[in-house]
Amino acid sequence: MPHLEVRDVVARYGSHEVLSGVSLDVDRGEVVALVGPSGSGKSTVLRVLVGLLQPVSGSVRVGGQAVDYRSAGQVRAIRNRMAIVFQQYNLFQNMDVMRNVTLAPIRIKRRDRREVETLAVALLERVGLGQKLHAFPDELSGGQQQRVAIARALALRPEILLLDEVTSALDPELVNEVLDVIRDLAREGMTMILVSHEMAFVREVADRVVMMDKGQVIESGPPAEILDAPRTERAREFFGKILRH
Amino acid sequence: MERILEQLPRFLSQRNLVLLAEAAGMTLAMTAAGCLIGFLLAFVIVYLRQTPGRWALPVRLACIAYVEIFRRIPFLVIIYLVLFTIPLVLRDASLFVIAVVSICIYATAYISEIIRGGIESVPRQQVEAAATMNLGRPQTTLWVVLPQAMPVIVPPAVAFGVSFIKDTALVSQIGMFELTFRGKELNNQGYSAVLVFGTIAFVYFLMSWPLNLWGQYLEKRLAAPRSQRRRRTLRQP
Amino acid sequence: MNYTFQFGVVWRDLGALMDGALVTFQLGLLAFWGGALIGLAGAALKTFGPRPVRALVDTYVVFLTNTPALIQIYFLYFGLAEFRIRWSGEFCLLLGLTLNAGAYLTMIMRAGFLSVRRAEMEAGEVLGMTRLQQISYIIAPHIARTIYPALANFFIVILVMGTSIGAVIGVDELTGTAITLATVNYRWLEYFTVVAGLYIVLTLIASVGLALFGRWAFRVKARVF
Repeated sequence: MPHLEVRDVVARYGSHEVLSGVSLDVDRGEVVALVGPSGSGKSTVLRVLVGLLQPVSGSVRVGGQAVDYRSAGQVRAIRNRMAIVFQQYNLFQNMDVMRNVTLAPIRIKRRDRREVETLAVALLERVGLGQKLHAFPDELSGGQQQRVAIARALALRPEILLLDEVTSALDPELVNEVLDVIRDLAREGMTMILVSHEMAFVREVADRVVMMDKGQVIESGPPAEILDAPRTERAREFFGKILRH
Repeated sequence: MERILEQLPRFLSQRNLVLLAEAAGMTLAMTAAGCLIGFLLAFVIVYLRQTPGRWALPVRLACIAYVEIFRRIPFLVIIYLVLFTIPLVLRDASLFVIAVVSICIYATAYISEIIRGGIESVPRQQVEAAATMNLGRPQTTLWVVLPQAMPVIVPPAVAFGVSFIKDTALVSQIGMFELTFRGKELNNQGYSAVLVFGTIAFVYFLMSWPLNLWGQYLEKRLAAPRSQRRRRTLRQP
Repeated sequence: MNYTFQFGVVWRDLGALMDGALVTFQLGLLAFWGGALIGLAGAALKTFGPRPVRALVDTYVVFLTNTPALIQIYFLYFGLAEFRIRWSGEFCLLLGLTLNAGAYLTMIMRAGFLSVRRAEMEAGEVLGMTRLQQISYIIAPHIARTIYPALANFFIVILVMGTSIGAVIGVDELTGTAITLATVNYRWLEYFTVVAGLYIVLTLIASVGLALFGRWAFRVKARVF
């Protein structure tokens, strides 16, 4: 049984249907990459999973248990098991790095302050920011902010980590420092769903690639298969465009 | 003109100066009390106004109605409404209470629009990030939104309060012994209107102008990025 | 808490109150346009005038925006009488409000002047426009669009806060009329409730009108609420 099971999820922004029946399985320790043209609904899948957008129909199961997104309690429970990193980092601008990382674990999850602070320092050192514990977000580069955001997500000890185009807002020379961190996590067996346009990176870290278009999954399989020998015309066209760059 | 010069020494007697100083203090006290309470109530109004959910619709409408109604009524009319309503609720309310309540009603309506603007200036993504980390609405508001909205809220709110010092002159109309009322008293005692109201205007100026400059300084200071602001505070002993 | 509202008398006086509302509206309009002329002149002098003139404009603005409009009007009404200048309450109110509005509008218009960027003017030169064409096709519309929301907002402030000061020196605008009438039969709460309602209607009409005009003339999205 897959750890995360998404079935026929439909979601709308107003009257515009952004997801028209998306199904997706993610096993424990698996890294799944969502790829596809912009507007295909990749990021929306992540938003639905963390309860930022209520699905109209369909089901989501985590560890075999169905999640009812209309119930505030169940949304809270699911957010305890997943963490998301955003394209625009979204660090709290009014807090220093340490407080960004430790706030939710200490004040919301009520974990022991000492233990959380030790973990936070370890995480920040691991992403190469051990020197910046008390810097404010506006003092950091985009790449540094994104690494703090990843540390902040990891401090929540999620079962599944969602990464929403985490390098898209970065200057090219800062992309690698963030990708290195994700590569490490993949090696350690972190369960991840990542939305990305970095095809070389996807090929390297993903166990499975899911190609989306117009709110639907059109192909899914191992990276080599999907990226090198796409079966559908739409996917061939998309990868053709991307790889030509 | 000779009359003014002739009256000047008598007008500037110690008794009159103490009287005016006390009256100016009264003007400041009621403005500060009304605006500070109004500032706090305005937060409540905005918080209630932004309550999500269908069941909260009447609450939201009530908040909008309050703000729209009291921003569209002259302060003088509010004063009269309070003057004649308070005795129905509260016996023996002093004029000071009536003045503060009137100021508070108007300030709440006005400042709540300033606060709403400040809160809306905080990017929605900050709230979303907080939500995915399971921060509730009160926590998100207190820990994430308000600290970031404050630099946007404080300068115009201070400007409103400073500007309102002058508008409270209308409270003299119901006999509240603040600065303008004392001025009218002195005028009735036979002192020249030019002398009296010139002096009163000058006293208002002395209160309003420095506070305005301070407000402008505050606005510049708060516009600086947070990290720079923090460093500057650290450098101070 | 057992006050019985008796609106009967008030309805009988509704005509008088409506007349008061009309006076309020006229005073607001006149003071605003007078103030706008002063403001335009003030902002122009402050921007292009020689140093002493600029200092004079500064002094005018600082003094009139830091003292109560009520005291300024008292000064005209009671103070000038000592120099044998006796003007009616209406005139003193109008003059006081106009001078007061002029100071605030100088600040608003000055901000509009400052918002014109050099680049825009140069763009006009590149297009081969004359100075006059630049002003009428680029600069003036830009300024109008920039300051329109602040002007619209200020008009409501004069209409409500400004004109009601008239009540204090016996001008029969809306608030003054209510005070005059209520002193006779003592139905203060009823009169002032109705008056509050009339102010709301008056300002809503003004807000909607200003928003529509702004959208039509400058494509400004002015908010009614």
